[in-house]
Amino acid sequence: MNVRIVTLSIDGRDVGAREGQTILEVAGENGIEIPTMCNLTGLKPIGACRLCVVEVAGSRKLLSACTTGVTEGMQVTTDSERLRNYRRTILEFLFTEGNHTCAVCVSNGKCELQELARKLGMNHVDVPYRYPRRDVDATHPRFVLDHNRCILCTRCVRVCDEIEGAHTWDVMGRGIDSKVITDLHQPWGSSTSCTSCGKCVHVCPTGALFEKGHSVAEMAKRRQFLPYLSTMRGAKE
Amino acid sequence: MMRDVLLKTAEAERAVKDEKKHSIRICTAASCLSCGAEKVRKAIAEKVKAAGREDTAVAGVGCMGLCAKGPLVTVDGPETMYAEVTEEDAADIAASLDNGPVERIRCDTTTPFFQRQEKIVLENCDRINPERIEDYIAADGYLALTTAVLERQPFDIVDEIVRSGLRGRGGGGYPTGLKWSTVAKAPGPMKYVICNADEGDPGAFMDRSILECDPHRVLEGMAVAAYAVGASEGYIYIRAEYPLAVKRLKLAIRQAEKMGLLGKNIAGTDFSFSIDIRLGAGAFVCGEETALIASIEGQRGQPMPRPPYPAESGLWDSPTLINNVETFANIAPIIRKGADWYAAIGTETSKGTKVFALAGRINNTGLIEVPMGITLREIVYDIGGGIPDGKAFKAVQTGGPSGGCVPASLAETPIIRSTTNLCRSSDRSWGPAA
Ligand SMILES: Cc1cc2nc3c(=O)[nH]c(=O)nc-3n(C[C@H](O)[C@H](O)[C@H](O)COP(=O)(O)O)c2cc1C
Ligand code: SF4
Ligand code: SF4
Repeated sequence: MNVRIVTLSIDGRDVGAREGQTILEVAGENGIEIPTMCNLTGLKPIGACRLCVVEVAGSRKLLSACTTGVTEGMQVTTDSERLRNYRRTILEFLFTEGNHTCAVCVSNGKCELQELARKLGMNHVDVPYRYPRRDVDATHPRFVLDHNRCILCTRCVRVCDEIEGAHTWDVMGRGIDSKVITDLHQPWGSSTSCTSCGKCVHVCPTGALFEKGHSVAEMAKRRQFLPYLSTMRGAKE
Repeated sequence: MMRDVLLKTAEAERAVKDEKKHSIRICTAASCLSCGAEKVRKAIAEKVKAAGREDTAVAGVGCMGLCAKGPLVTVDGPETMYAEVTEEDAADIAASLDNGPVERIRCDTTTPFFQRQEKIVLENCDRINPERIEDYIAADGYLALTTAVLERQPFDIVDEIVRSGLRGRGGGGYPTGLKWSTVAKAPGPMKYVICNADEGDPGAFMDRSILECDPHRVLEGMAVAAYAVGASEGYIYIRAEYPLAVKRLKLAIRQAEKMGLLGKNIAGTDFSFSIDIRLGAGAFVCGEETALIASIEGQRGQPMPRPPYPAESGLWDSPTLINNVETFANIAPIIRKGADWYAAIGTETSKGTKVFALAGRINNTGLIEVPMGITLREIVYDIGGGIPDGKAFKAVQTGGPSGGCVPASLAETPIIRSTTNLCRSSDRSWGPAA
């Protein structure tokens, strides 16, 4: 196959890339880390969380690195005061929108959201907490869904649809009322499409999805299974 | 249907009209209807009938523009207009056919509100009955479509639109001809044409008015587009909050299908194109093209990252042309009168006219169509009649939530599709530009 090569600069470094790659992929290959949350290699990028926004010379808008393709001569900045501000604010929103009581969470110390907050220096929250009333669905024999900790990244929705092929998960409601649901908003335990494969649980970045039988700080997600996603997806395409 | 049938229908329709010496038209678009236009129409019809005046036609037509002063009625053309008409005025209006205009309720049409406008999209609004296809045909309706499919090649139509300089009226201002040629070139056994009638911007009612007053014009524009890009199915995505527009669209589609102007083998050729309606539930974001397409597919109305653009991979992953209502409403006149005629209207960079809905604290709230390049001051003071109670003009908001606010200090800037912008956020919208 004929692949065109483009050159661009990321944070002042000249790098080469294959046409069709995203900024995020190229940055990753060159050891430049861009924070992400909804993105997961192997799943379709949706550019929803906006944590991976970068500055591109000539564009006034910030662009999400996970969905923006590289072009010849592109000049990308992945880190600046402005970007750090945006990213911290997005994280603050994620925390205040749900109920994240890390100290008693199954994922404490093993959570991507918590880890990112630590990395990006989110040491306080300026926006008021909303403390919404949200449910927990523990009807599934092996897994639990705790809406309080869900950040609506839709990784569960995508892995179930794109890799497992069951499409048990979806999102219902709009805006602040959005939530993930199983089947047609039935209890997970009574879902007829769920194969109980557990992929959703292990891609979930937070403690929103976890296995039964784990207590505080015990739910380590099995990350070693993630590379398998790309292989599966590659095979599908 | 062959073209001679079309021409015959037009002729017969005009002959019927010529038989009548007088015509009384009552605006029956949503705004006038909501302040009693239907009762007024009935009352006038009764009085005219009671007076035995068989030489007078009484008809409900589309929007006359000055919504602030509805219900509006015209007698023998737009020059004699009556405003805020009630049932009690019916007798006087009927009698005016002999006695001359009723000055008591007469509305001055020599004001800039009427004189400064230039109507292309709204040309039929105040004179045809939106529920009769014959009225539209008599106003040269479907001539563009039949000429296109019988005499012209698709690439030729695309070229005409390219040369007209028409840009999308949905907010993005993307060159329409370029979009059409992209879809025309996209390979695929199945292509779609979508009309974006979601119109989510608060206070805006341009698209609704066009659909309520002249639905066939939009259908014709879509069919011409479908012929040009090679599509065979079309959808109109319209919000359920526009019941009157939906009703008239449904009726119009049925009428056009019956006459062989939509559906299978249009005008007797092997070109087929059908149009379906999809109702939106009112989410603002569903006006965004990728979210709109998801919504038609039955998915959650949520935008997807582009590329791929709909022109390449849109509805059900097929090449899809998506344009705004007003964009489609410009097509038939361009095909009928030619690209050069259209390109001569407006400014160097922005061709044609733009329909605006004037809403809020302004004297003449209503629907207007003005040539590109007109200044904001002319719209607010001359056409809009200024601010009520002599209050100061401070700013206007254009382009909906994705637009911006323009302060009074910039009132002299001409309205064009802005490229260099005044307001940081409004570069994707119609508004004044420096
Ligand atoms: C948030 C958002 C809302 C939009 N709402 C509308 C709308 O209500 N009506 C519309 O015609 N276009 C709307 N658009 C623009 C469409 O995405 C699209 O550009 C347009 O329908 C293309 O038609 P045009 O080329 O004829 O302008 C919206 C865009 C965005 C980003
Ligand atoms: S999911 Fe993560 S951030 Fe939320 S409470 Fe648990 S550990 Fe904290
Ligand atoms: S349950 Fe987990 S994976 Fe699913 S949307 Fe919520 S946070 Fe994301």
